[in-house]
Amino acid sequence: MNDMSPDSYVTADGRTIGGVVMEMKNITLRFGGVVAIKDISFDIREGEIRAIIGPNGAGKSSMLNVISGFYVPQEGEVWFRGKRRPQMKPYQVASQGIARTFQNIALFDGMSVLDNIMTGRLTMMKTGLLSQAMWFGRAEKEENHHREQVEKIIDFLEIQNIRKTPVGRLPYGLKKRVELARALAAEPKLLLLDEPMAGMNVEEKEDMSRFILDVNDEFGTTIALIEHDMGVVMDLSDRVVVMDYGKKIGDGTPDEVRGNQAVIDAYLGVAHD
Amino acid sequence: MLYREAGDFKTSYRDDSQTFPIKFDRIAYYVLIAVALIVVPFVINDYWANAVLLPFLIYAIAALGLNVLTGYAGQVSLGTGGFMAVGAYASYKLMTSFPDVNIFFHIILSGGITALVGMLFGLPSLRIKGFYLAVATLAAQFFLVWLFNRVPWFYNYSASGQISVPERAVFGIKVTGPQTEAWATYLFCLVFVFLSAWIVRNLTRGSTGRKWMAIRDMDIAAEIIGVNPLTAKLSAFAVSSFFVGVAGALFFSVYLGAVEVGEAFGIQKSFLVLFMIIIGGLGSIFGSFAGAAFMVLMPVLLKNTLVGGLGWATDLAAHLEFMIVGGLILFFLIVEPHGLAALWKVMKEKLRLWPFPH
Repeated sequence: MNDMSPDSYVTADGRTIGGVVMEMKNITLRFGGVVAIKDISFDIREGEIRAIIGPNGAGKSSMLNVISGFYVPQEGEVWFRGKRRPQMKPYQVASQGIARTFQNIALFDGMSVLDNIMTGRLTMMKTGLLSQAMWFGRAEKEENHHREQVEKIIDFLEIQNIRKTPVGRLPYGLKKRVELARALAAEPKLLLLDEPMAGMNVEEKEDMSRFILDVNDEFGTTIALIEHDMGVVMDLSDRVVVMDYGKKIGDGTPDEVRGNQAVIDAYLGVAHD
Repeated sequence: MLYREAGDFKTSYRDDSQTFPIKFDRIAYYVLIAVALIVVPFVINDYWANAVLLPFLIYAIAALGLNVLTGYAGQVSLGTGGFMAVGAYASYKLMTSFPDVNIFFHIILSGGITALVGMLFGLPSLRIKGFYLAVATLAAQFFLVWLFNRVPWFYNYSASGQISVPERAVFGIKVTGPQTEAWATYLFCLVFVFLSAWIVRNLTRGSTGRKWMAIRDMDIAAEIIGVNPLTAKLSAFAVSSFFVGVAGALFFSVYLGAVEVGEAFGIQKSFLVLFMIIIGGLGSIFGSFAGAAFMVLMPVLLKNTLVGGLGWATDLAAHLEFMIVGGLILFFLIVEPHGLAALWKVMKEKLRLWPFPH
């Protein structure tokens, strides 16, 4: 963490929030005639939990897809760790240290939980095809080293008992957790969570919230998340961006956003007279 | 009571990720290797070698190869016959151009050449998937067969258009040509089978295999976690074609001896190998062997019972054989769509609890 940053500060619960790690500058994204994102700028600071909220169709997921390299915005710049990011394929973005989860779970159903989480470390596994074909020696050593790291995450997320279960057989809540584990296995600088609590019951939501806070606290991971449950968002996040119809209508701490008239209008509707 | 994992504790990740984690399996595997190496060569005769063992071993390599591509990386290919032809013709050209080099290296090199050709024909997979890719590989099949038929350089301008293998020996023992001993050709193929299975297992248990399976299961998610689809798919095509090429080279040089490309490596060969991995089990090494054994043994078995046992006319038996094999394929696919490997797995699960299932 960059403690030297002039504008770093300490939160009420004692976490240090550093300088800007990712900055979106005037992003505009169009699909044909439809403008999904219109001239949005915001930043994400090191160590914080940043929420993106907004009604359905506001462009939140599109925003996440821009960050993870799926969509290429027509206008605007993405700055990551002090450098302007050139246009990149998603797998190149991944190797820069940005990991994400999906709104609809995107796990590899044919593989075990352990293998799924191990895929999170693929960008770090460097042995070539030939030494892997021989296995004994470098490939095995590398595999066991990464297995050790993955086991730490398995312990952390309390999924030891399902390690060898094929992912296809797991219930929804656990799948979400495995997906989080896979993203964490990549040791990301920035973790993007697309509706981590969608479709969960209260207990599962509480578990998930705890994991998100723990991840942020223990690993110091910067997190950007999209979530619809306002209670969760207001509790978890340090700062919130509010989007509506592709535009940014609010940005600030949960309390500031809660009092913002434009936000209230977007969520509650406004009388047309 | 024998087949237990209780009390068999693993104390290191190395132990935990070994190929046969259950002791009984491990012993069975060693016994199998010992029998294949020590017992079979002494009891083998020409009939067993030519009708059963050689085709089984060679098809097992081809099935392993195709399973890498289709079973692990999820790319359907109907070009197996064509790629086997590449291996066969590469080994022929190499053997006739460099007669002093050992045939073992020629066969490995043929695999390498096939890998390059496979990568070339794998390029469309970056844009298309599923059925459309199958059609694209079908083009490879027909193009390659046409090429080897039409360009005389490939068959050294021989009048018949066929290629026939020169005599070659390993450690002074002939493995190709008309005067080979059954045990020698058998052992020669067995070495390749063993190496192939070992390498495929190693590749699929590590990061390369995970890349392939990630692409197979969900390519978008694979890309987001950092898998480059280009290298993952092309490496699958390369590795797969390598083994298919080795199988083609062995099929030509050790098994058939003389080959006419359309006959030996036509589209039916592509389907045969595809059936092997579907029946055996996609994404399973055991499945590749089981499928190869099924497709090689079933016709032999049927022929022996119908013609030898019941005394039917050969042509009648041959027709009936087609129908029965087809019916059995359907039967297996309905009973267990994931192939013999899945049946085997279910059986092992049951065996672990036997005889007290509750």
